Amino acid sequence: MVEGGISISNIKKTFTNVQNETITALLNINLKIPTGSLTSLIGPSGCGKSTVLRLIAGLNHPDSGTLTLDGKQIEKPGSDRGFMFQQHTLFPWLTIRNNIAFSLKAQNIYKENASRVDEFIDLVGLKGFENYYPHQLSGGMCQRASLARAIVSHPKVLLLDEPFGALDAFTRMNMQDELLRIWKERNMTMIMVTHDVDEAIYVSDQIVVMSPRPGRIIKIVDVKLARPRARSSNDFLLYRSKILRLLNFGGTEIQPEFSI
Amino acid sequence: MADIKGSEVETTGKTAPGFAKSIKISTILPIVAAAGALIVNLGLPDSAEHPIAEHHYFAGALCVLLAFAGIAFITGIFSQKFRTVYQSKAPFYSGIILFLSLCDILTAKTALLPVLYFPSLDRVLGVLIEDFSFICKCLIYSLRLQFVGWLCGAFCGISTGVALGFIPQFKYWTYPLVRILGPIPSTAWFPLVLVSFPTVVSASTFLIALAVWFPTTVLTMNGINNIQNSYFEVAETMGASKTYVIFHVGIPAAMPHMFIGLFNGTCASFITLVTAEMIGAKCGIGWYINWQKEMMAYANVYAGLIVMSLICYCFITLLFYLRDKVLVWQKGVIKW
Ligand SMILES: Nc1ncnc2c1ncn2[C@@H]1O[C@H](COP(=O)(O)OP(=O)(O)O)[C@@H](O)[C@H]1O
Ligand SMILES: [Mg+2]
Repeated sequence: MVEGGISISNIKKTFTNVQNETITALLNINLKIPTGSLTSLIGPSGCGKSTVLRLIAGLNHPDSGTLTLDGKQIEKPGSDRGFMFQQHTLFPWLTIRNNIAFSLKAQNIYKENASRVDEFIDLVGLKGFENYYPHQLSGGMCQRASLARAIVSHPKVLLLDEPFGALDAFTRMNMQDELLRIWKERNMTMIMVTHDVDEAIYVSDQIVVMSPRPGRIIKIVDVKLARPRARSSNDFLLYRSKILRLLNFGGTEIQPEFSI
Repeated sequence: MADIKGSEVETTGKTAPGFAKSIKISTILPIVAAAGALIVNLGLPDSAEHPIAEHHYFAGALCVLLAFAGIAFITGIFSQKFRTVYQSKAPFYSGIILFLSLCDILTAKTALLPVLYFPSLDRVLGVLIEDFSFICKCLIYSLRLQFVGWLCGAFCGISTGVALGFIPQFKYWTYPLVRILGPIPSTAWFPLVLVSFPTVVSASTFLIALAVWFPTTVLTMNGINNIQNSYFEVAETMGASKTYVIFHVGIPAAMPHMFIGLFNGTCASFITLVTAEMIGAKCGIGWYINWQKEMMAYANVYAGLIVMSLICYCFITLLFYLRDKVLVWQKGVIKW
């Protein structure tokens, strides 16, 4: 019996592109994601990371294989799986507050949960900006707002597609800490796509390393470091070089005891 | 944002007294222009070619303008806020007054323009004042046609556009029809519509609605087709149903396009309104203009044109106001 978490087995997914050629976006994907864990998908672009997320979200359907959440087949999008896109997809015609309230209103549970909106505005540090429109805020603030919007209805799973890819390095590191804080507080299962190796090691329990043509998993790396993690500790750097080697970068092993 | 702008203006006013002074002079300009126009009007004799004006309405109008200019100038001395607004507009107002004065010179004073087609301002104003109640009757008739037709057209246009955008089967059957029938100028339907509708009013209303309907439909559909897919996807992941998505994502996202359609439709509807009144009706501003033209009463034609332009101006202003209210979220994003 499969209890808890996401189970992906033998997934194959093909697309037909504009030239009418068949592209195998994913082949033979097997992955277990325990409840409450934080998993990163990493790999060069085109290796099917987004497709994995979209399959879990129910936005796409596999050609073959099964995806289950807590033992139940995933068929269509639902509010139990929050999705945060790379580009913030805040609705430009709604204020930040109404954007965050959208999922509650859509599910017709806004009245009894109106206070939750304020709680989440607070949680992502946007107090005072409730009545601004998205275009009046910076990219980082918009990403915070979409994070709040994705989790306000308490999804079991949060799917993040390169959530901080468009942010500058400092904002990004801040957001990683905030993501970890929210993850601990809310006890959600999180799956994040990233192309930043440091980010993956800094936040994840397990890192799924993927490779393109056809998209497949080449290695699942469990990160066994205590949090908070020091970004420049030797262990961290070892994980880093290990993953870079898996991705065919940085051929030389680093010496932990080298001096500058 | 507005606060920042306001304070900026104030600081420049303080730090550059020379600039402020030169602008303060501009608030006198309307007084000078009105006084000058009045002197020309009263000083120069009227040309003998023009029929003698019974009442000197234009002189009266200039006196009113002069009084307003004076009041505005004095208010500007005491209220800084009023002055900042007024001094930027003052040159324009002066220009208008000078233009009127030029018209006065070309018509009543020198009769340089053909007297029959270019009556004196006294006579045009005379028509507006003496024929006021009759023009009002025509105005109300036109406004009613315009409003009812516009509302029907806008409502049907938005509904059709949304249905075309969201229901593939509806699009399959209806879109070719829209493409074939829509571009025909709605006035071309006149012969057909006149015989198939019981009254001229209902026929005209229908044509105005038709004129608004087509651009609104096409642009609403276009707006919906152009919405980025991720908006729909993210709405789905937030548990929104199909109908919820249509009303809370599709329609608001297509709003900017919708307003362009409504704007185009409104312009087309004015043409239809005037044509409909000229062809079929026994009332309305379009009919009034046409009727007076046939009577060679060009002063009345100008009066009708002035009222007509006022209708169009007010209507478009209303539409822009509505757009700014509905599309506040676009402020600073897109301008059209
Ligand atoms: N809707 C689609 N139509 C056609 N091809 C697609 C579509 N979505 C993804 N693909 C293809 O599938 C492959 C994997 O895409 P994706 O999951 O977006 O990769 P990643 O997110 O890792 O960059 C790519 O080669 C991409 O071109
Ligand atoms: Mg991607």
